[in-house]
Amino acid sequence: MSTHPNKNLKTFIVDVFRWNLRGGIGFQLFRLLTLGCIGLGIYAYSFQARFGLSVTGMNDIVSWGFYISNFTFLVGVAAAAVMLILPAYVFHDPNFHRVVIIGEGVAVGALVMCLSFIVVDLGGPLQAWHLIPGIGLFNFPSSILAWDVLVLNGYLLLNGLVPAYILYSHYMGRKANEKLYRPFVFLSIFWAFSIHMVTAFLYQGLPARPFWNNPLMGPRFLASAFAAGPALIALILAVIHSFTSYKIDRSVFNKLRLIIVISAIINLLMLFSEIFKEFYFPTHHSSAAVYLFFGMDGHTSLVPWIWTSVCVNVLATLVLAFNPGKNNPKVLLPACVCLFVAIWMEKGIGLIVPGLIPSPLGEVVDYLPTWVELSVTLGILALGITVVSWLIRAALIIEERYEG
Amino acid sequence: MRTPDNDHENDKDPSCPAESLSGDSSRRAFLKNLSIGAAAAGAALMTGCVPGADAAANGEMRLRWQEFFKKNYRLMTQEEKDATVDRLERLAALNDDLDLQIGSEPPLPKVLYGYAFNITRCEGFMECVTACIKENNLDRKTHTQYIRIFEMEPGQLDPSTGDGKFFHEVPVDNKFYMGTQCFHCENAPCTKACPTKATWKEPDGIVVVDYDWCIGCRYCQAACPYFGRRFNWGKPEIPRDEITTKQHYLGNRLRPVGKMEKCTFCIQRTRKGRLPACVEACPTGSRVFGNLLDPDSEIRYVLKHKKVFRMKEELGTEPKFWYFID
Ligand code: SF4
Ligand code: SF4
Repeated sequence: MSTHPNKNLKTFIVDVFRWNLRGGIGFQLFRLLTLGCIGLGIYAYSFQARFGLSVTGMNDIVSWGFYISNFTFLVGVAAAAVMLILPAYVFHDPNFHRVVIIGEGVAVGALVMCLSFIVVDLGGPLQAWHLIPGIGLFNFPSSILAWDVLVLNGYLLLNGLVPAYILYSHYMGRKANEKLYRPFVFLSIFWAFSIHMVTAFLYQGLPARPFWNNPLMGPRFLASAFAAGPALIALILAVIHSFTSYKIDRSVFNKLRLIIVISAIINLLMLFSEIFKEFYFPTHHSSAAVYLFFGMDGHTSLVPWIWTSVCVNVLATLVLAFNPGKNNPKVLLPACVCLFVAIWMEKGIGLIVPGLIPSPLGEVVDYLPTWVELSVTLGILALGITVVSWLIRAALIIEERYEG
Repeated sequence: MRTPDNDHENDKDPSCPAESLSGDSSRRAFLKNLSIGAAAAGAALMTGCVPGADAAANGEMRLRWQEFFKKNYRLMTQEEKDATVDRLERLAALNDDLDLQIGSEPPLPKVLYGYAFNITRCEGFMECVTACIKENNLDRKTHTQYIRIFEMEPGQLDPSTGDGKFFHEVPVDNKFYMGTQCFHCENAPCTKACPTKATWKEPDGIVVVDYDWCIGCRYCQAACPYFGRRFNWGKPEIPRDEITTKQHYLGNRLRPVGKMEKCTFCIQRTRKGRLPACVEACPTGSRVFGNLLDPDSEIRYVLKHKKVFRMKEELGTEPKFWYFID
C-alpha cells in the first residue's frame, strides 16, 4: 500500500460523484424515485413559502406537528450510530469496525433530515441567521432550543469529519492515523447521548406541558432510540449484504439483535411505568394521556394510532427477544421493520401532539397533517435517503478497494 | 453617494430628484415620489441601465434589505430605533399606501404594570375582546384574539372546566366569567425558551416580542402555561379602514407572516399614560390596570383590600395578573 501521487482531494470528490452517478438500472430507478420525492417536497414547500404555515394542519393549540414529530424521532436514529461505535472502538470488536462507517453515514443522513425538519418548521426561515452565534443573538444557556442547535450541528460535524478523514486516508491508500481521530470518536460517543438528552430536555423542561414534564423523558428517549436506530442499521446492513459484494459478518447481526432487544425491553418497561402513573390515579395532569389513549370529548384521532404502535411494539420486541427460527433473517428483519415503525409512531406523533392537547386552557382539537406537510416530509426523507446512500456507496467502494 | 435615508427630510435640496416629481405636498405622496427618485439613481448606479418603471421597486428593495439586516430591538441605539421605525413607515406608505405613526417609546420610569380582573363583576359581554382586536390590529381571517372569556360553573376556578366558546346571550344565571390573556409573568417561561432572544420582559414588566427578530419556531408558545401567545400562520388580514395607525414597534404594528405575537398591555397606549383598550372598553368595570409601584393606584387598592388569587400559582411563573372577588 503506497500513496498514489495522482490522487488528491479533488479526485476524491470527483470519484465520489462518479461512483454515485453510475450504477445498474435498478439503482438508477431508485435515484429517480428519490429525486422525484425531493421534487415533490420542494413543490409542496413552495406553498409554505407563499402562504406561510397556514397551509399546514397546525394551529395555535397544536403548534407543533408532523415536522417536529419526525425531527424528534430522527434525533434518536442519529444518536444510534453510537451503538456501533461503542463496540468497535471501546470493545475493539473487529467486525464492528467494518460497519462503523455505515452507522456514521446513517447518522449524517438522519442529522441532515433533523436540521431540514427544523428549517421547514420555522415561520421565518429567512431569519434563521438570527440563530448563528456571533451574527445573531443566541439565548444561551437559557434556551434549550439554543442548546439543541449547537449539539445537533456539532454532532453533524463530528460524524461527518471523522469518517471523511478515515475514508480519505484509505482512498489515498494509507492507514488513517488513529491517534488523530480517536479523541473525536470518544467525543462523538459522549455527544450522541447529549443530542438525545438535550432534545428530550427541550420538552421535559416545560412546566406548561405535564405530558412532557416527566423525568423519564430523557432515559426513555435513549432507550427507544437505541432500539429503533440499530433496527434501522440492521436493515441497511442486510440490504448491503445481499445487494453488494461487501459482506457483513453474521455476528454483527446477532450482536445488534441483542442491543435492540435490551433497549426495546427497557423502553417498554418505562412505557408501562408511565402508563401506570397516568392511569392508576388520574389527575388533571393526565388529561393528555387520556386524550392519547382513550380520546376526549369525542376527539379520538390518536387512539387507533397509539394502540397500533403499542401492540406492534410489544409484538416485535417479543419476536426479537425469543428469536423464533434461531437468527433466521426472514423472521428478524420484518421484526426490525415493525419495531422501527412502532417507535416512529410513538416517538413522533404519539409524543408531540398529545403534549399540546388539551391546550393549557383545556381546549381539545384534533390534528391532521395536510398534503403539504406530508409531501414536504416525504421530500426530506428522500433527501436523507439520498445522503445516506451517497455516503455509504462511496464508503463501501473505498473500503473494498482498500481492504482488497 | 446620497442615500434615501439622509436626504428624505431634506426636501429643500434642489438636487433632490424627488423635488421635481413631487407636486403633492402630502407626506405620503412625497415619500413615494422620493423613493422613486432615489431608486432611479440607485438603479442607474448599480446596473448602469436606464431606470424603468420598476425603479420604485428598487428603492423598496433597499429599504427591505436594511430591514432584513437590522439588529434585535434591544441592541439598537435610539438612532437605529428611529431609523427602523422610519423605514417601516415608509414601506407601509409605499406598499399599502398607509400613513402609519410607529413609536418606539421607552418604558416610563418607576412603573411596573399590573392587572386585576373582577370575576364577580364580569358578565361575559366580550366588549374587551372586540376592543382588543381593533386596537391591536389582530388578524380577522382566523379570528385571532388575545383575550379569551370562559363561562364557568360555580365552584370551579380552572378555565379548562369552563366554556371558552359560548355564543349565547349573557349573562347566564348561576355562571361566572373569567378572562385570560398573556399574564406578563415576572418569571416568564416563554422568554426563557426563546432561542434568539426575540421575546423578553421590559423594565415596566411588559413581555414583548420583536416581530422582526422572531424566527417563528413557536417554542415560546409551547412553554406558555396560559395559552398567552398567538402565531401568524398566514398573512394577517385587516380591513384597510379598520387599521389602527397609531402603533408601537413592540405593540400593535402590523405583524409579518410567521411571527409570534401576544397581548402587550397595549404598550402603544400605556406608555403614554393611557389605559389598555380592554380596560377602557369594559362596561362593568371588571378590569383594573395600573402601576404596581404606585401605592395610591387602584391596582394596589385591589391587591390590598380584595380577595385575590392567581392562576396556576403553583408553577411559580408569578403572573402580574390577579383575579379578585368583591
Ligand atoms: S402568560 Fe405566557 S406568554 Fe405571557 S408572559 Fe406568561 S408565559 Fe409568557
Ligand atoms: S416563536 Fe419567535 S418569540 Fe417564540 S421562541 Fe421562537 S423565535 Fe422566540
